[in-house]
Amino acid sequence: MSASQSRKNRKILAVSSGGGHWVELMRLRPAFDGADVAYVTVNAEYRRDVPGCRFHVINDATRWNKFAVLLMAARILFILLRERPDVVITTGAAPGHFALRFGKWVRARTIWLDSIANVDELSMSGRITGRFADLWLTQWEHLAKAGEQGSGEAAGPGQRRPEYAGAVL
Amino acid sequence: MIFVTVGHQTPFDRLIRAMDDWAASTGERDIFAQVGRSDIRPRSFPAMQFLSPDEFDRRMREAKAIVGHAGTGTIIAALTLGKPLLVMPRLSSKGETRNDHQVPTAAYFSSQGYVLAASDEKELGPRMAELLAYRPQKTLPDSASPQLIARLRSFIFDELRAGGGS
Repeated sequence: MSASQSRKNRKILAVSSGGGHWVELMRLRPAFDGADVAYVTVNAEYRRDVPGCRFHVINDATRWNKFAVLLMAARILFILLRERPDVVITTGAAPGHFALRFGKWVRARTIWLDSIANVDELSMSGRITGRFADLWLTQWEHLAKAGEQGSGEAAGPGQRRPEYAGAVL
Repeated sequence: MIFVTVGHQTPFDRLIRAMDDWAASTGERDIFAQVGRSDIRPRSFPAMQFLSPDEFDRRMREAKAIVGHAGTGTIIAALTLGKPLLVMPRLSSKGETRNDHQVPTAAYFSSQGYVLAASDEKELGPRMAELLAYRPQKTLPDSASPQLIARLRSFIFDELRAGGGS
């Protein structure tokens, strides 16, 4: 297969919750040019931001509502089984957690981009989920471990730190 | 119009009340607020709980200045339009968020010349006077930094699956 063919065939599932998470995800779109992208988010009205792309709406959930969390997880698993993406990318929070963990089950490579809102420390979901990502990114240089790649395993999974590679700004 | 927005999660009545007091004391009436899931009824300006994305965009574009919580969605939306923005951070001690992440967000974006920040309701009035004459020193392009886009593209399109099982 030629490089241009494989590039065309790359399937991406881009996942986020609402508000700033979605706004940050939208700013990554030039990175998806040439791929087949489907979006998953919590607000049906965001469809207007991604015309021409497949678009899946799931319920929102905080970790305090167990039923909503289970429903969200089930819907994300169903979407992953239907979409079979090569790459799952998320800016958080709860939907990104499930998409990233379940994404492994369909053998997708995964990207966690921690929100720029987390200036002083990684987000809670980022600390829980980011270390399972194939590419774990923070948008703050001081939160990345100097000289270590986010996709590297040099320090072992327990001590893994995210990589810094620029911000959504 | 001055557009006030608190995002779509929890209410932020401390900001709305402070704006209401400022409007009452200055006589400014050209204000519209999006207040979230709150029963608050400002005396001095109209308010709605939620706006559709289209309506939100229209209000942002038409505003001469924006006042908001220190959420990244609000900050990025204002700065891509080049609008003067005053942010006030939500505080966990007041039940406005889970944690105080908006405090350093407000400090960072104000220190870099992107926005004005008021740390609390007492600072809001004085900062409002500044906001009406403020032009952000920096604005934002429509997408993420070229460095981040390039890193993502290289992972998405060039890197091969590592090994399998891991």
